[in-house]
Formats: sequence, structure tokens, C-alpha cells
Amino acid sequence: MAAQIFSAIFVIIVGVGGCVAYFWGANKLLDLIFPSRGVAGAAAVDNLRRQGLVRPWLFVGPALLILTVYLIYPVIETLRLSFMDRGGEHFVGFANYAWAFGDREFRNSILNNILWLAVVPAACTFLGLVIAVLTDRIWWGTIAKSLIFLPLAISFVGASVIWKFIYEYRGEGQVQIGILNAIVQYFGGAPQVWISIPFWNNFFLMVILIWIQTGFAMVILSSALRGIPEETLEAAVIDGASPFQIFWKIMIPQIWGTIAVVWTTITILVLKVFDIVLTMTNGQWNSQVLANLMFDWMFRGGGDFGRGATIAIIIMIAVIPIMIWNIRQANRETGGH
Amino acid sequence: MNSSGKSVIGRFGVHFAVLVFVVIWTIPTLGILVSSLRDKDQIIASGWWNSFSTSSQTGAGRLGTAADQVEKDGKFLIMGNLFEAGNAATLSAFGVRSQEPTKYEAGSVAELNDGVTLQVNEDGSYVLTSPVKFEGARGQRVYYAASTPPRFTTENYQTVLFSEGIGRSFMNSLTVTIPATVIPILIAAFAAYALAWMRFPGRALLIAVIIGLLVVPLQMSLIPLLKLYNGVGVFFGVPVKTYLGIWLAHTGFGLPFAIYLLRSYIAGLPREIMESARIDGASDFEIFVKIVLPLSFPVLASFAIFQFLWVWNDLLVAMVFLGTEADQIVLTAKLNALLGSRGGDWEILTTSAFVTIIVPLIVFFSLQRYFVRGLLAGSVKGG
Repeated sequence: MAAQIFSAIFVIIVGVGGCVAYFWGANKLLDLIFPSRGVAGAAAVDNLRRQGLVRPWLFVGPALLILTVYLIYPVIETLRLSFMDRGGEHFVGFANYAWAFGDREFRNSILNNILWLAVVPAACTFLGLVIAVLTDRIWWGTIAKSLIFLPLAISFVGASVIWKFIYEYRGEGQVQIGILNAIVQYFGGAPQVWISIPFWNNFFLMVILIWIQTGFAMVILSSALRGIPEETLEAAVIDGASPFQIFWKIMIPQIWGTIAVVWTTITILVLKVFDIVLTMTNGQWNSQVLANLMFDWMFRGGGDFGRGATIAIIIMIAVIPIMIWNIRQANRETGGH
Repeated sequence: MNSSGKSVIGRFGVHFAVLVFVVIWTIPTLGILVSSLRDKDQIIASGWWNSFSTSSQTGAGRLGTAADQVEKDGKFLIMGNLFEAGNAATLSAFGVRSQEPTKYEAGSVAELNDGVTLQVNEDGSYVLTSPVKFEGARGQRVYYAASTPPRFTTENYQTVLFSEGIGRSFMNSLTVTIPATVIPILIAAFAAYALAWMRFPGRALLIAVIIGLLVVPLQMSLIPLLKLYNGVGVFFGVPVKTYLGIWLAHTGFGLPFAIYLLRSYIAGLPREIMESARIDGASDFEIFVKIVLPLSFPVLASFAIFQFLWVWNDLLVAMVFLGTEADQIVLTAKLNALLGSRGGDWEILTTSAFVTIIVPLIVFFSLQRYFVRGLLAGSVKGG
């Protein structure tokens, strides 16, 4: 263990030192090869121009290299592997895709993912917006926001344990230590094994993600609400608008762009949701989702890379529209820069 | 805004609604915090929300057998205690028939058959007296009602940290997280500066690629990287699952967001500062180190917090790129393993869960300002 701590510290020093050495050294080298000081005017200008051509690539070089190895190459390779067999050696055409759409578990995952996509972003955005509006009006709003924001710092696994404890089931008539069953029993209902009720268990898992992500929506939307000009709201009040009218007809249209951002961010997160399903049910009782199914196939029976890659591609296809929208949005903003 | 909650009822409603939200959002975490501090027998005996009140329960026990009897003043006595040593429960009543478990008050002397008497005291100690010698191998069955005061302990923490391997995993998590947080910062900062302030062909395309990579699901990278790592492992004869491998992986996965976040901040720095420095003869490198880096401190802090939380809380990358042995398993993976192996042992699970979330919570609360700033910059500006 001491060796481990030592090696971690060593890596930090070597990693940071290496980065510094690279950037400083490469920059120095460039100045040496194309000196801009101490040479004749025309040559200096020429060298400055050459420096200007090379230097940006020295700066973005390491980042570009890592991005290529860890993200760009894998995306292309995953696409290729999705047309290959389990070992990634023989071309099988669309066989993996044909398998996927014929597979009961896969179709179940797709349906569940659609359910997640329909519920979680909407619920988070709606709750976040309501809480943002309400907390803006009270003196202890900041404390309230902090507490609702807090689950965002908790890992999905930690959150799963927290909620598993809430859903904990004991036989009927016994002392319930899970708070949900305790409440149900208090009101005379029969305790349930919540996470094993097909179809509805999806919602019990979604609650976990909603619990985590509402704080995110709330913070972003709250800041957007603050950005609405005070005069607009005052004018509405003077004109006799009710709080509900102000909310629906003034606030919502003003922050529409931000709502879209929150919605898409959570949508991407939902597509990738893995930890919660793995730790709560591992896909049992018809609660499977694509990301967990993909992980499963990566290692199931020694690993089937073809099928795993196919599932990854299908997740990616769902993300692409958001990706294009993001790039367009960003281009519009940086266009003038 | 203040004028919209005009009526008293309306204002009360707002307070009440927010209170309801806060309670719902806080109770889950509170549940495991309280449970992790409870005695493990009490966790399964009553809900954690009852842990602050004295809990009363009924129980049954057996008195000592004939072998335990002593003779005193011509009478035969069996003495002992119904409770185990260290039990702080208070007995309120007892009985010898299951139909009347609380027939006699604690401390009173119950007349049983044939002149036999039984006295059970509040602390659980009892005296069974008989004029004739006791016989039989089985002790008399006794029923009782007892109340137990709330009892909190840090025993569970000692158990999970030192004998369940959570302490070791905590170190492993730190080993993964700190380098994986520090390394990307500098690499991203240089790239961000180049993308914000240097003109070169392909810049716009690079920015578009990075924004595109921002949303690429991690799942797309896993299989090729697993293959790549396996290949490297075989080729060089080195282990496949190493800390170096996961540090680099987290660096790669964190870079798009890092570059994006830093670029949008650095691009917003005042142009005049850069230009006057350039006129003074400063090179890009000097401008970056002496002006941009110090000015960017808030956004660097924001990113560091994000990356720290994301790496610390990650399960997927750790499960693919690290082993499951004690020397490599991180907290999240360990917690996941415990869910399988110690499924019903809530004293272990709640305590382990709390250990895994305590560091993010501290980071989060102490640096919330930077975290929120990063959140806003990361999603509102370009989104």
C-alpha cells in the first residue's frame, strides 16, 4: 500500500513535470529552430510566421493525441467491430444488428430506455423549475437549494444503496425497516418488493436518477430565471398578471433556451445510465437498459465484442441529433470570434 | 417577485412546498447516515426513523436449568440474567405464559405453582425459588416486555474500514482520483488557449470535434480500448489492468469537457490584456503562463472539482480498466461487490455507502461556489 501511495505521488510529479517539460521544451525548441530575435529583419519576419504555423500544434498536440487514442479512434473502431463476429476477426455484415432486433432482452432494453427518456428529463426539468421558482421567494431558499443540490455529489452506486434501503422489503406483518414499505404498512397496505415488479420497477429506478439530477436542473434554471429583466416582471405585475400567468407566459418563454439545454444534458445522461441498473437489479425483472446490456455483453461468456459494439452504436445513434444541435449552437456563438 | 406571494396563505404555501421538497430530498441520505451509526441488531429490529426514541419490544428467554441451582436456607434457588451482558434494555413486565407475557410488573414476586416463586428485576436479573429441589434439563420459559434506549456506535465504521476492505478501497480511490484530476488540467489548458487565442487552419473544425466528443457516450470507447489494452499487455508482457491505464483513460474521457470549459472561459478574457502583452514582446508561451493561467484559476478549480467528483464516483471505467483484487478495487466497485455478497447486512452497506459519499460531500460543500460556476459555464453558454 505504501508503494501504491508512492507511485501515485510519483505519477503526479512525473505527469505534471512531464507536461511542463514538454510545453516549455517544445516551445524553446521552436524558438531555437526559427529564431525571431537577433536575425535580420526579413528573416525574423519569416521565422515568426513559421513559428506561428507550428506553435498552435505544439499547444494542442498532447490533447489531440489523447483525444485520438481514447475517443476518436475507438468511435471508428466500435463502428467497425459492430460488423464483426464476437472476437472481432471475421466480417459478419449486419448479423449483429439482426440479432439485436430479434433479441427479447434487447427489445426490452430499448423499450425501457424510451421509458427512461420520456420520464427522467421531463421530471427533472419540471421539478427543478418548480423548486427554482419557489426557493427564489423565501429567505431560506439558498439552504433549501443546497440540500436539494446535494445528491448531485453522490455516486450512482452510493445512491443505489441509499434507495435500496428505502425499498427494503420485509415479510407482511413484520417490522419494516425500509421507509417506503413502512409507510405502506402504516396505511394498511401490503409491503411490496418494489424493484422486482416488472414494468413499474423501472419507475423505482428512475426515481434515483431524478433524485440526483433535479438539483442540476434547479441550479441552471434558477440562474436563468435570475437573468430575466426585473422590468419585464414588474410590468407584468402592474398589468395585473397572476403568479401563474407570470410563470407560464413570461418566465417559461424567456428561459426556453436554457430548458432545452437542461433537457438535452439529462437526456444524454439517461442514455448512458448504467450504474443504477447494475447495482439495483442488474437487468432482472425486465428492468434492463442498453448501457447495462452493453456492459454485460462485453464480458458475458468471455465477451462478445461484436454484439457489445452494436449496442454501443445504437446508443450513439440516439445521441447524434443532440450532438449536431450542440455543434450548430456553438458555431453560431463562436462565429463572430 | 416579492409582491406575487401576496396572501398569507400563499406565502405559507410556498414555505410548506419547499419544506416538503427539502424533506423528500434529504431523508434518503439521512437514513443511511443514521443507520450507519446504529447498533447492528437495532437496524433490523426497527426502522431508523425510530432510532431516536426508546424502542420497546417483547421477548422470551429461558431461565437456568436444574444444574444451576444452589441451596440456601433450605430453599433451592436459580439465579441469572435474561439479558446478555452489555444490553442496556429495561425490563418492564414479565410472565410465564405466552398468553400473558406481561402479567407481573418488574421487581414483583410472582407466585408460580407448588410454592415456586419468580422475581425478575428491571435489569433482567432473576431469582427462581423453590421449596423442593429443581429437576429437569430444560429451564423455565419466561416472557417479558423491555424497552431499549437509543444506542449509537461507531463500531460499524471500525468494521468496514478495517475488516471489510473499505479502508483499502478508499486509498485505491484516492490513488485513481488525484492523478486523474491533475494530469488533464495542464494538457487541456494549453489546448484551450490555442483554440481560443491562436489562429491556425483547422481551428474551427477542432472546436467542432471537441464539442461533438463532449456527448459521445463512454460506451463507444470501452471495447476498442479494452482490446487495445489487452494488445499492449500481451505485446509488452505487462499487466493489462494498471493504475496508469485508468489514469490515462480518465484523462482522455475528461479532456473534451476540460477543453470546452476552459476554452469558453479563456476566450472571454479581455483582449486588451493579451494585446498589450504582445506589444511588449511577450510570446504566446509567456502570455499563457504569466497571464492566462493565473486569470483562469476559478475555471481551473471548477474543472478540477468536476473531474474529481466524476472520477471518484465512476464505476464503469473502474470496472473495465481495473482489477477486482484488494489492491485495485475502488470504493464504488467495492460497494457494488458488497451489495452482492452482503446484501442484507445493512450495517455494512449503509456504513460503506456513507464512507464512499463523504469525500464528495466535503468537496462539494466546501467548494460549492466553484462547482456551480462550472456547471453554469459548462451547460448554459454553449450547451
